[in-house]
Amino acid sequence: MKNCTILALLPALGLLGAAASVASAAEITAVAPDKSSIGFLIREMNVPVSGRFGKFAVQVSFDPAKPEAARVSIDVDTASVDAGSDEANDEVVGKGWLNVKGFPQAHFASTSFRALGGNRYEAAGKLTIKGHSQDVTAPFVFVPQGAGGTIDGSFTLKRADFSIGEGSWSDFSAVANEIQVKFHFVAGAAR
Amino acid sequence: MTAAAPRYTATAITLHWLLAIGLVSIGAFGVYMHGLPLSPWKLRVFSWHKWAGVTAFLLVIVRLGWRLTHRPPALPTSMSPATRFIAHVGHAMIYVLMFAIPLSGWLMSSAKGFQTVYFGVLPLPDLVSHDRVLGNALLQVHQALNIALAVLVAGHAAAALRHHFIDKDDVLARMLPR
Repeated sequence: MKNCTILALLPALGLLGAAASVASAAEITAVAPDKSSIGFLIREMNVPVSGRFGKFAVQVSFDPAKPEAARVSIDVDTASVDAGSDEANDEVVGKGWLNVKGFPQAHFASTSFRALGGNRYEAAGKLTIKGHSQDVTAPFVFVPQGAGGTIDGSFTLKRADFSIGEGSWSDFSAVANEIQVKFHFVAGAAR
Repeated sequence: MTAAAPRYTATAITLHWLLAIGLVSIGAFGVYMHGLPLSPWKLRVFSWHKWAGVTAFLLVIVRLGWRLTHRPPALPTSMSPATRFIAHVGHAMIYVLMFAIPLSGWLMSSAKGFQTVYFGVLPLPDLVSHDRVLGNALLQVHQALNIALAVLVAGHAAAALRHHFIDKDDVLARMLPR
């Protein structure tokens, strides 16, 4: 519950950040969902298998000139998962994997941003999947384009931290523990 | 069988029987694993099937190379020209299928988005990209080619037994280990 209180404050902080940098031309506030993607890569018998989430919502406030003031909140519709095949999709929506009925949303809320030099940045925040929360940091590249730009980055999560793949799947010899999450956002200044 | 009867080379005999045992086993494995519900076990056996298939494919390449550079003993003259022609066509079709089947499996793996990584170490290039419709089509092709090979191999074995027990010639004996 403590986390929830902090998370509830984040949009307010984000607004403050946005207000403070309203004069900046390059501030990103809107992400085009149809041009953006959230994908993942998981090793099955050491074979890299890629998948994606088709439905997600991103709320962002990012000014490359003031990255420390940036905020992002991402809601992913877990039922929109595509794990690469019909057979895998039937499996991963179930209780042992994502349990999309019990946990229809996965959530990421940033807690801090920092510049890594050049057009590279890093977002730190709390990732919540299936009722489990973990701190994650995701480096990304921001490429300005017109009034907006593209954000590309990735991070690796351990599925066991989120009880993704329970029972016989909790053995990592067939399906690895590490899942690489890759995101590509096409963003613009909406206002 | 007379002592002077021409035989296949020891290499040809070894490759023939290695592939006979290997291909029947891999095929039977394929039938078994196809019906499995998704589980870590299924992921394992699919990988084993693919590794075995790649190994068989390599053996088939060696075997074709040997076959092209080492003329096999001629079929007995007691066979009619038509029967000999059928035998040659049958053998050629088995060779074609021994290439086409692992190739179709390789392509199917790529199309289904599950790359073949030989022994979990060596990734084979994806010759086609991830495409669900193509993947299902290639599954049908892989199955149909295997049914064709099973029919040909059954005919091949029946013919060999007929040569041995009815025609009483050396056609089977010359492919058996001494």
